[in-house]
Amino acid sequence: MMEGFPLYGSIMPSKPPTIHVLRPGLFTTIQDLGRYGYQRFGVSVSGAMDPWAITVGNRLLGNPDQAAGLEVTMQGPELLFEEALSIAVTGADLSPTINGVAMPMWTVVVMPAGSRLQFGMRRGGVRAYLTVAGGIDGPLILGSRSTHVRSGLGGLAGRALKQWDRLDVGPARTAGSNYVGRTLPEPHRPRYRTSVTARVIRGPQADRFTDDAWQRLASSPYRLTLESDRMGYRLQGPALTPRTSADIVSDAVSVGSIQVPADGLPILLMADCQTTGGYAKLATMIAADRSLAAQLFPGDSLSFRVVTPDKASELFRSSHAELERVLPPHTT
Amino acid sequence: MKPPVDVPPRIVPLSESALTVEFGETIAPHTNDLVLAFAAAVEQADIPGFREVVPTYRSATIYFNPLLADSSTMTERLRALMTNARTAPPRLPVTHTIPVWYGGEAGPDLSVVAARAGLTPEQVGPLHASVVYRVYMLGFSPGFPYLGAVPDRIATPRLPTPRNHVAAGSVGIAGAQTGIYPHASPGGWRIIGRTPVVLFSLTRSAPFLLAPGDRVQFVPIEETEFHHLFRDHL
Repeated sequence: MMEGFPLYGSIMPSKPPTIHVLRPGLFTTIQDLGRYGYQRFGVSVSGAMDPWAITVGNRLLGNPDQAAGLEVTMQGPELLFEEALSIAVTGADLSPTINGVAMPMWTVVVMPAGSRLQFGMRRGGVRAYLTVAGGIDGPLILGSRSTHVRSGLGGLAGRALKQWDRLDVGPARTAGSNYVGRTLPEPHRPRYRTSVTARVIRGPQADRFTDDAWQRLASSPYRLTLESDRMGYRLQGPALTPRTSADIVSDAVSVGSIQVPADGLPILLMADCQTTGGYAKLATMIAADRSLAAQLFPGDSLSFRVVTPDKASELFRSSHAELERVLPPHTT
Repeated sequence: MKPPVDVPPRIVPLSESALTVEFGETIAPHTNDLVLAFAAAVEQADIPGFREVVPTYRSATIYFNPLLADSSTMTERLRALMTNARTAPPRLPVTHTIPVWYGGEAGPDLSVVAARAGLTPEQVGPLHASVVYRVYMLGFSPGFPYLGAVPDRIATPRLPTPRNHVAAGSVGIAGAQTGIYPHASPGGWRIIGRTPVVLFSLTRSAPFLLAPGDRVQFVPIEETEFHHLFRDHL
């Protein structure tokens, strides 16, 4: 090991740093903030389930917000870092360790050359984000590096990581070492819970549902079933039967849309959702509450509270402003 | 067909960063024309904060950055555009000729469609290919076109249980709709044939063959021709 060897950002490295996947973990994918502009062709937005957490990681490292990282689900991978590299782990606390020693969450640390990053017990949340100085590299597919497994687009050949994969790291705009120790102050760190109240606005087919159905939605908690993944969460709870048919002529759906099929059990659409759908859209979860919902696990509880669209916009702006204040975006 | 009486479009929030403009509640060429003209007008309007527009059968959804545009300003801009869109001349549709091998291994549901229609299996392909279809919208998966409408006689409901594997290029029927699976995937449409034409490829300068508003003319081909053309497309 070369003690005191300058980090790659300050000199031109002979080759880009590589991360080796020794074990892939349960479901680890490359994600950024998503693929926009092609929904009219049926291309899902995808991207990080918890956009707030990956953005914090990138900003701590001085990366642009669009830099790609790894979304680690439940049971983390084991990764070998060929070269020294600044990293941050944000989102769910899956007990990350460097060479067996616990590392702090929401903080920039250096992975020494030849060191291993591992994950252990799940302490809170479901999805952790590994961001690295320079971002995870790879081809931009229709403007994004996000993996959408269902259509086989983006990331590493459109799939989750496998053993012996190699990940390239992009050129860091600054020496990553400048940011070592940079941390998201404790009061701003989210506390992921197993019981979340998400705020919603009325959806395009809200009128198809009776006041009774709305009452039930606002008063009873729903549980995430095992059929909950990056596409959406199937929820179990009181049925929300529409007054007329549950089916509509297909039109656009969005992340956060709450669809209700004929059985009355709502489906909350998440990052990998299709671009269009034919079920009535009762409501839409607001963007400010996406992060907490992204960290729920099957069996966890989700309640809903209705707010006006104006309130939803105000909450979007205030949560954005808070992040800008605590961690301004990196500017060139 | 007589155009239905125009009702003023309804603008509803889909989220804090999206508005859906509904031009009707049914599948009709007239409604879809309004949607497409409006979507084109929105794309050309240079609206601050505009991200993308998704035209569908009967509505257009406009996605925007809520930090750069608020919902009420956006609604006003969209209302203003509606008037212009209604008077704009429609874009000339592009027509694509798509060869299809009907039946056999390519069309596992063709005999069921024929039986329901009271036709012989040989009659289904030519009837399916007898009309020029409109690409009402794309959705479900990258490049998947929703085409309509199939002749009444062969309109067939979806499979009661979707298949786990539908081959790439498969041509299916769901009610009065017909569509093409760009990639192998699970699917519940009744599969009657397969095309060698590649609908979505990242290696082409224009990755998507079809766009909303385009027209599709199917042409029946034999199995041998399918294999021949398939090699050409590789």
